[in-house]
Amino acid sequence: MTSNQTRQWRVQAEEYLAEGRARQAHAMLSAWWHENQTLTGASYVLQMAQALRPHLELRPCKLRVLRSCTVEPALQLLRAGAFAGGIDLDASVCPFNAYAQEILDASSALYREKPDVIFLMVSTRVLAPGLWQGPSGSAAPDYARECAEVLASYRRWVETIRTRCNAALVLHTLEQPALPAAGILDMQGGGQTAAIRRINEGLAALASGTPDVYLLDYDALVARHGRTSWWDEGKWRSVRMPVRAEHIPTLANEWLRFLHPLRGRLAKVAVTDLDNTLWGGILGEDGLQALRSGPEGNGIDFWQYQQSLLRLQQRGILLAIASKNNPADALEALERHPGLLLRPNHFASIQAHWQEKSQSLRQIAEELNVGLDSLVFLDDNPVERQQVRLELPEVTVLEMPADPAGYATAVSNCPLFERLSVSPEDAQRTEYYVGQRERSQLERSSTSLEDFLHSLDQRVFLIPASTENIQRISQLTQKTNQFNLTTRRYSETEIRRLADSADHCVLTIRVVDRFGDNGLVGACVLALADGVCHVDTFLLSCRVIGRTVETAMLSAIAQYCRSSGISRLEGYFLPTRKNAPAADFYPKHGFTCVKEDAAGSLWRLDLETATPTCPPWIQVTQAEELALV
Amino acid sequence: MSENLYHRLRPLLADLFQLPADQISPASSPDTIESWDSMQHLNMVLALEQQFGIAFAPEEIEQLVNVELIADLLEEKLTLSGGPQ
Repeated sequence: MTSNQTRQWRVQAEEYLAEGRARQAHAMLSAWWHENQTLTGASYVLQMAQALRPHLELRPCKLRVLRSCTVEPALQLLRAGAFAGGIDLDASVCPFNAYAQEILDASSALYREKPDVIFLMVSTRVLAPGLWQGPSGSAAPDYARECAEVLASYRRWVETIRTRCNAALVLHTLEQPALPAAGILDMQGGGQTAAIRRINEGLAALASGTPDVYLLDYDALVARHGRTSWWDEGKWRSVRMPVRAEHIPTLANEWLRFLHPLRGRLAKVAVTDLDNTLWGGILGEDGLQALRSGPEGNGIDFWQYQQSLLRLQQRGILLAIASKNNPADALEALERHPGLLLRPNHFASIQAHWQEKSQSLRQIAEELNVGLDSLVFLDDNPVERQQVRLELPEVTVLEMPADPAGYATAVSNCPLFERLSVSPEDAQRTEYYVGQRERSQLERSSTSLEDFLHSLDQRVFLIPASTENIQRISQLTQKTNQFNLTTRRYSETEIRRLADSADHCVLTIRVVDRFGDNGLVGACVLALADGVCHVDTFLLSCRVIGRTVETAMLSAIAQYCRSSGISRLEGYFLPTRKNAPAADFYPKHGFTCVKEDAAGSLWRLDLETATPTCPPWIQVTQAEELALV
Repeated sequence: MSENLYHRLRPLLADLFQLPADQISPASSPDTIESWDSMQHLNMVLALEQQFGIAFAPEEIEQLVNVELIADLLEEKLTLSGGPQ
């Protein structure tokens, strides 16, 4: 990108801010930030953020960093990157090198401040100097003992944090020295590098065996950029900085990859252009035969880009097309070009026509039933990108490199595409949407809505939270924005706690219809006390909105309440910019509003006088072990 | 002091200290800029290293106590490294 263009973005960001168009200002600033990831750039972004924050809908995130080194400059870049990506980050560090005390002291600031996310970043040279430097003095090194001690410490820290707070914890693997003390002898068995590797394997096992604990492969990050180039001995000695100035943005971006999935600020759909993006060349001018794409030869950049999109699909991210082409020609090329990896059935929505890209993106969001802020737009043309930024500032527009060789890397570096877990529902998502197309056809051919709902033949299964579905329930609370009465986001640990608590009930639902299994598409959290059932969370995935599943769910809850002697249902509706589809849920089902304030409204239903009934076209099955307290 | 370098430095420092560029002068120092504390000093050193592709030695970091001295040291480093002026 030319420096002229980046200057332009900055000027526009300030102009839009002055005009009160905060979302456009944010889109311009995000584009500028992409090209100016330095400490001065971060300072500028954060100054603009002060003015913009109150006018934007950002995901809040409170981060505390436990560290043995100076990370403040990298945190400054993380704050700017988070803001550009739609996260309102409150980040701070715990006292220097006091990570163990902070963890072990139950009354430390770490626990008082109730962070959402904790990073634990300890340098090998601080935690295990013997492993870092090799033997000092004449005694033979005891790497095995040091390795066992380090892992025991980590186990104690992780267990302590896990019992004391709900924050997601991100461990960092230990860095290997650039050259082991024993030289090439080290790798011939039992050496320093093997010991550090064993620690890192132990950390991986610890993370995967403990809920909401994740591993950032710091050693791999350093290795990726070169151990000797990462390190600045002078900065370590003088200010305990473990990173050279030029790599600070690299570290901040690696952190950002974790914040996006941890706070649910995610892309659900990757929308790609066709000409000179998915393939090389212009279909309308060059013709199908001349298009470049293939595993070898001059189309390899585009093949690799398609591979990067396919990897997103395997993570549960939908693919869609927004292209200015004749629809029949585009479809023919997608079906018939011999060198394409992606075919029409890989795409959940194909918008090929001559309307503006912003219009295509609107249609994709509507068709796939997702918010505009769940879309990432990939297009080689800077004019199209700018058009979308201004028309639809909610959409994330990736700044694509001029050289197609960089497309795949641009995709894999976008933190909105990162996931920390993938459920079976994720992996099959595209199939659900193909089923959805068939459902739409049935809906169009039905004479009435009732007729359609009858012919769908829906069966709803009410399932209590258990080890198998807790991850999915947490994911639903993180990702569901539209049919969500309270939009409360819960981590896996929090869901597990609620499910284990005696006065809460956590449920999920599976919906099966004649076109197949929709998977786990709804969840609710109920708080039960004094004969009242308080609906803490009640949500449905957009996949099943408009099919009266919510009524079936409510009637099942009501029935269970009555059989457990609970006579009243209560719940809040907390409006957000996106949950309008759920706004009439309570009034439509006979609830009366008993309180209203700035945050929302409280609704009540007396079960002694009212009975929510299940629609005749849905059959509800409840798991036998489901019982309220 | 190199005027050229000073003019490149000014907007960078203005962004870093979150001030309008006209409030940065050759004499600006931690005494005249409120936000220039020790953490911002480190940020500034690292920012200059990022922007100019150079590295400061630990003893040099302590010498960067006003904008004129920064411009002078930068000029020296860029001349030595043969980098762009």
